[in-house]
Amino acid sequence: MRKILIADDEHKIVMTLEYTFRKNGYEVFIARDGSEVLELLKEEIPDVILLDVMMPNVDGYTTIQEIKKQEKLKNCKVVFLSAKTNPADIEKGLKLGADAYVTKPYSIKKLTQQIDELLEI
Amino acid sequence: MNSIELFAIIMLYLALLFFIAFWAEKRKSNFWANNPYVYSLSLAVYCTAWTYYGSIGVAANQGLEYLAIYIGPIIIIPAWIVINSKIIRISRVNKISSIADFISLRYGNSRSFGAIISVVCILAIIPYIGLQIKAISDTFHLVTKSENPNNIFTDTATYVVLLIAIFSSYYGTRYVDASEKRLGIISAVAVESFLKLIFFVILGIFVTYGIFNGFDDIYEKAKNLPEFTQRNSFNGLEGSFNWMLTSMLSMTAIFLLPRQFHTTIIENRKENHLKTAIWVFPLYLLIFNFFVFPIAWGGKILFLGQNVNPELFPILIPQKFGSILISVIVFLGGLSASISMIIISSVTLSIMLSNNVIIPYGWIDTFKTKNDTFNNKNIVNIRKVSIFLLIITAFVFYKYLILESSLFSVGLVSFVLIAQLAPSFFGAIFWRRGTYTGAVIGLILGILICYINLIIPQYLKAINPELAINQYRILQFFKIPYLETIPQVFFWSLLANATVFTIISVSSKGNYRERNYAEIYVDINRYIQNHEGAYIWKGKANVSDIRKILVKFLGDKKTKQALKIFNLKYNIDDENDTADSRFIKFSENLLSGRIGTASAKILIEGVTKEDKISLPEVLKILEESKENITLNRKLTEQSRQLRRLSDDLRSANSSLIEKDKQKDDFLDSVTHELRTPITAIRAAGEILLDDDDIPVEIKKDFLENIISESDRLNEIINDILYLDKLESGTIKLNINKNNIIDTYHKALKPIYHLIQQKNIHHSEINLLNDNEFYYDEARIIQVFQNILGNAYKFTEESGMIQVKFQEKDNLLKIGIFNTGKKIPDEDIDLIFDKFYQSKYQNIRKPVGTGLGLAICKKIIDAHQGKIYAENKEIGVTINILMNNDKNEAV
Repeated sequence: MRKILIADDEHKIVMTLEYTFRKNGYEVFIARDGSEVLELLKEEIPDVILLDVMMPNVDGYTTIQEIKKQEKLKNCKVVFLSAKTNPADIEKGLKLGADAYVTKPYSIKKLTQQIDELLEI
Repeated sequence: MNSIELFAIIMLYLALLFFIAFWAEKRKSNFWANNPYVYSLSLAVYCTAWTYYGSIGVAANQGLEYLAIYIGPIIIIPAWIVINSKIIRISRVNKISSIADFISLRYGNSRSFGAIISVVCILAIIPYIGLQIKAISDTFHLVTKSENPNNIFTDTATYVVLLIAIFSSYYGTRYVDASEKRLGIISAVAVESFLKLIFFVILGIFVTYGIFNGFDDIYEKAKNLPEFTQRNSFNGLEGSFNWMLTSMLSMTAIFLLPRQFHTTIIENRKENHLKTAIWVFPLYLLIFNFFVFPIAWGGKILFLGQNVNPELFPILIPQKFGSILISVIVFLGGLSASISMIIISSVTLSIMLSNNVIIPYGWIDTFKTKNDTFNNKNIVNIRKVSIFLLIITAFVFYKYLILESSLFSVGLVSFVLIAQLAPSFFGAIFWRRGTYTGAVIGLILGILICYINLIIPQYLKAINPELAINQYRILQFFKIPYLETIPQVFFWSLLANATVFTIISVSSKGNYRERNYAEIYVDINRYIQNHEGAYIWKGKANVSDIRKILVKFLGDKKTKQALKIFNLKYNIDDENDTADSRFIKFSENLLSGRIGTASAKILIEGVTKEDKISLPEVLKILEESKENITLNRKLTEQSRQLRRLSDDLRSANSSLIEKDKQKDDFLDSVTHELRTPITAIRAAGEILLDDDDIPVEIKKDFLENIISESDRLNEIINDILYLDKLESGTIKLNINKNNIIDTYHKALKPIYHLIQQKNIHHSEINLLNDNEFYYDEARIIQVFQNILGNAYKFTEESGMIQVKFQEKDNLLKIGIFNTGKKIPDEDIDLIFDKFYQSKYQNIRKPVGTGLGLAICKKIIDAHQGKIYAENKEIGVTINILMNNDKNEAV
């Protein structure tokens, strides 16, 4: 079973993602900020991590830098989900090593397809 | 006391002066150099032995006349601020070193005029110096009760005078440049001025309270003396005229006496020292004169019926009562008064003698051929020899010519002679049309009148009393009956002098150089910044030629430095060899202090070829330069305005950029804030649309989310619009008198049950005397609600919210405290920003728009108040400060 980690501080957004991925057969982990992500990653190695950029305590950019440092997470795909839509923000996210940068609001259908593709490659 | 003891005391006293001069000159400390009181005291060189002894004599024999000599300066001194600041500036920029330089430069930098003025001054002052020597000698013999010997080698005065001459020639010629300040001498003179006043006051107190029983006692006793009333009134209109003219005479003296010009102008270090001098100096004179009356009349009472010279009362009185100490103190005071006069006078006269007579008429050609070491050594030697010469001549006067004249009369004669400089002196500062011819002829005429009517009769009187009376009849035709001799001659000589000066000046044209200096003198404030530019000169001159002359006096190194400064000031290339008018004037200035203005001009003339300029041409150039200066000033003003404008624009621009950036940031934040609920709505909607077998509960959750997120969107939009209106000022506050506690309760009410549900303890503290304030109630309710809403959100279960109302520094202060997490210090000022969200924020995203506190701040700002957050031990307080002044709220 594929594992997905959803990190967002907006509860109502998380609800929709959780429902969708669970239905698509993922094991879903939820984190409400970067520090919870890093805490979770000590025990789990998800196949994909969905990261919001603007989160309290530890934001998405910092979180991905921590992720990229860890050897055991090198196969783990990271996808940013963010309402920050400036080209500069997107570029920054990709430069930090994200596999994709999806801007909010997104189409759930397209998002799941994109993630499936990402994992099959 | 015998001669040897007193002589030893004099030696000690002189040693003290030498030491002060040495110390001041060596240390060059601010105490001496930059002290307006030292400056003011040095002006008191005005008070000589004449004041010390002479005034007493006049007060006793002639009555109030003595006061006129001090009233004149006291009346005119306030005008110093205008007149003397001007003279100081003129002298500074032209490197003037004496009054002869000052006047002769104005009348075309004339060598002959400078020499004439110098001779007049020397002739007028030498007897005056002789008088001081006489005072020293007379009082010395009086104190030691010895005879004045005819042999000059056994006369103590000889040796005292010799020492003074050595002191003057050493400290008076320390610098080759005569326009330099002589710190040592001025410091010694200031100390002497201080001492002579103190000593005189001691005598005054001794006489008034030691011998008599205060002023009343003296007055009571003196009243019975026969001539008391007559001596202590102005003696009607006639007497008043005499008195007034004598006051005017002393008024001119305070400007024109070479020693006064020297201490006031040449030795002035800072113009604003004048401000201190204009009250210290008159005060000094008043204190001095305060005791003249009791000493004079006390003496008259004590020596009634005895034939005693009242000028010597100051020493005779203590002697009569056996007080050697007081008589020695008085002697030292008189000695100080004499010495400082002799020192300053001999130094100034020696400068005139060297710079205006000896060098321009005898040494220029020699200087041209020699080097700087030789020249400087000789300049200094000329001055040293001059000092000795002057003092020796004065000594001869004392010893052989004026033994019988009183201090007062000799002093007044020299005042009248010096007063002849008044027309050309004051004309120089205020009148452009005055000419050389007018000034010289006026001066000579005035001096002639003085000689014929004042000096010649005096000498004739000494030979044959009858002749003198006949001689005086020359003036008989003009004689104003009630005037005494001195005011009479003063009046007529000065009238003739000034009239001739005016008539000749108006009817002749004068040469261009006079006109040029007239402009610089009268308009000095306009030219103070670049006076060299105001000098008019046309012709051919090479920098290298002039440089050769400069080197002969300044030496290689100093010349190089001076040229560098000049080139820098006027932005001129070092290679340039064509000398312009500015350079000519600059070079003359460099030499002026050393050899006098006239010689400087003659030397520079020798290596340059000046074209003739006609007077109209000069006037035209002056007019142009005036216009240029005005234009320049306008341009400077305009460019300053432009700079200010461009500064304003730049700051406006940067503030616009800042605003633009803020707007971008705001837009960024807004879109982000709007996208978040939209994301939730869109996702939920999409799932609901696509997923047919979605469980009912989840479906319900999603639909509820859609509704609540739509509400949130709407709320954000409302807040943004509201904030925009607050910012642009479209919302007018509705200020009324309200009860702040009631207002708070209105805000609290809707949220109160939520607070209770969370088991939060709410309390109020009211420290106000009066609950009523002026504000817009609806807005303040909003502020309270936003703050309370946040407090509710951030306070943990069973926490506490406490509100406190108080008046502090006339401000209404409301503090709303809640327990819970503190705000990171670096964010404490940021929380009132729109959509503030700290990266250190460690609480779940609060429900709300992120605009609440920003709105609060805007509302409080509109009330001219202040809102800020403060971390406390166990929580956070949001403080609101509002103006308590009920009328001022907007």
